[in-house]
Amino acid sequence: MSELRTVDVAEVEAVVRKLCVEANHELREDHVAALQRGRDAEESPIGREVFDRLLENARVSAAEQIAFCQDTGYAVVFLTIGQDVHFTGGSLAEAIDRGVAEGYSDGYLRASLVRSPVDRVNTGDNTPAMVHYDLVPGADIELTLLVKGAGCDNMSALRMLTPAAGVEGMKRFVVETIEKAGPSASPPVTVGIGMGGTFDRAAVLAKRALTRDPTGSPSPDPKLAELEAELVEAINATGIGPAGFGGTVTTVAVHVEAYPTHIAAFPVAINLDCHSHRVRSVTL
Amino acid sequence: MNLTLPMDDPSSVHAGDSVTLSGTVYTARDAAHARFLEAIEAGEDLPFDVEGATIYFVGPTPARPGHVIGSAGPTTASRCDAYSPALVERGLAAMIGKGRRNAEVKASMLEHGCVYFGAIEGTAALLSQCITSAEIVAYEDLGAEAVRKLTIANFPALVVNDLHGGDLYDDGPARYRRV
Repeated sequence: MSELRTVDVAEVEAVVRKLCVEANHELREDHVAALQRGRDAEESPIGREVFDRLLENARVSAAEQIAFCQDTGYAVVFLTIGQDVHFTGGSLAEAIDRGVAEGYSDGYLRASLVRSPVDRVNTGDNTPAMVHYDLVPGADIELTLLVKGAGCDNMSALRMLTPAAGVEGMKRFVVETIEKAGPSASPPVTVGIGMGGTFDRAAVLAKRALTRDPTGSPSPDPKLAELEAELVEAINATGIGPAGFGGTVTTVAVHVEAYPTHIAAFPVAINLDCHSHRVRSVTL
Repeated sequence: MNLTLPMDDPSSVHAGDSVTLSGTVYTARDAAHARFLEAIEAGEDLPFDVEGATIYFVGPTPARPGHVIGSAGPTTASRCDAYSPALVERGLAAMIGKGRRNAEVKASMLEHGCVYFGAIEGTAALLSQCITSAEIVAYEDLGAEAVRKLTIANFPALVVNDLHGGDLYDDGPARYRRV
């Protein structure tokens, strides 16, 4: 057992602020490399032009310190907290929200959240953050920020398959979801797939799968890695292509996460992320 | 191909054509469109003359000091499908966005002569450089979703739905489909 560690929530606030700005202004190097690989593999001339513009856009946004996508998204935070950590200085959740509000204001980022799907009044500062907490042994804190645009989130899907549908049924569901999304998900997409758990857990797994570092890294489980490679091929065979204008590269990465499930169940959640893939992680 | 808005001859463009657009466009997203329809139903004027106009589906980020506008890439057009036919019937000449339109919108566009352009989502920083002026003309309370009058110059886009029934989102992927 580690010693009790004290962390002021102001430290978390500052980190969240910084990550919100960085994630929106600078496309990750590994994702830039993934886009460059996509550009090299793409057979469609229009598709290659789309890749060129995406790469140029990333250079301009970093140089000008402006957002590379106008949908600066929902701030989704995955916090893995060692159980020997003691937070001081106030509410952790409120500190995260302050960090988001400061980052979105300082970075000239768009406030994209409304306080309710019914009345649709903008909260004005892009809060609240969507936080997922995991408690683990030890005294480390891992914080991952995923800036999630809605265009591609809207094209995501969850289905409760039967065990009989099996992996083949899951693959059909993935391709069907990608085809239905077409250009609206802003391909080339990163695909996060959560299999197993329960209805709710599958969705969180799918979202978490999008944060895997670096982009395109295969699952450490050989069976899942093989499945990921098969899905990349199946998705790219749809012909949707960059921006949906037709081509051979519709996805740059598929990440599958699996979790124990019920004998009667096979939940599958598919969360799509557009070519503006924004993930940042730190260990505090 | 360089096009000036409003286009002299909209029938001259074809799905898949790469174009640059210059002229005036109005920004509007779902929330602004809902208000357009309320205005139409109440018999009130729209905040701009829709006859011959171009709508760009976008909700920009705030402008940095010294910038005309923030990042300004296209948003998903289909969220406005429920509203677009009413504007197309009133003479809307073009729309700029991303993603497919539904059958009803496409039929209305063919009938009344409206072209749909696809801009490349995720190139919002680059596209903002093609916007030379911006002013809010309506619904300021909607913030990023307010209606803005923009002047654009050499704004790159692709023709998605032309006046001949062509649809780049059908034709393009069909060429590369391997299943």
